Amino acid sequence: MAGKKMAIIATKGALDMAYPPLILASTAAALGWEVQVFFTFYGLQLLRKDLSGIKISPLANPAMPMPVPMPVVVQMLPGMESMATMMMKAKMKKKGVASLEELRSICIESDVKFIACQMTVDLFEFQKHDFIDGIEYGGAAMFMKFAGETDVCLFI
Amino acid sequence: MNFDKEFDASGLACPLPIVKTKKSLADMASGQVLRVVATDPGSVCDMQAFAEQTGHTLLSSSTENSKYVFFLKKA
Repeated sequence: MAGKKMAIIATKGALDMAYPPLILASTAAALGWEVQVFFTFYGLQLLRKDLSGIKISPLANPAMPMPVPMPVVVQMLPGMESMATMMMKAKMKKKGVASLEELRSICIESDVKFIACQMTVDLFEFQKHDFIDGIEYGGAAMFMKFAGETDVCLFI
Repeated sequence: MNFDKEFDASGLACPLPIVKTKKSLADMASGQVLRVVATDPGSVCDMQAFAEQTGHTLLSSSTENSKYVFFLKKA
């Protein structure tokens, strides 16, 4: 319906948690909604030019389906995170799931507004050149102004 | 059914069939018909919801050779 609005707070930077904000934002934009995503804490990773550092960890994630049962002591070995990420990305590609880069591009093309939380940008000492162009920087009050007008507001 | 343009979303998973359908409709004129083919079972409900929320008319939604086929008339 024309005129609907959605605001999302994206706080997570792991591969699995990076998907929901970008899927919902791109879909809502395709439906004609006005969408803003406020990236804070680890969610800021989704705004980096290079998304290759976004990983999934089997550690402390007992619900993650594994091809073979893997004891926790094995999950914490060096390289396990990269291996799990590689396997997950290969599976996603095989199943036709969009890459994070593709979903993010679709969001930008469809005028989703991305806002980086200034406080956490400073906290983690990110530089503006770490992030993609065309994003805005703001704080909680700026987010609340838009969030207060929305039909759907999510914290992810 | 006659159509003016076709978009093959075979092999694509949610939300790509919907967001790319929206893209395909962008350069079409009002009243023209887009045929979409998809393999994602979720696209059946999603296409209906997409049409309801955007004002485009879902002329038909069917299954052909284990693929999902939609005809959308642009609003």
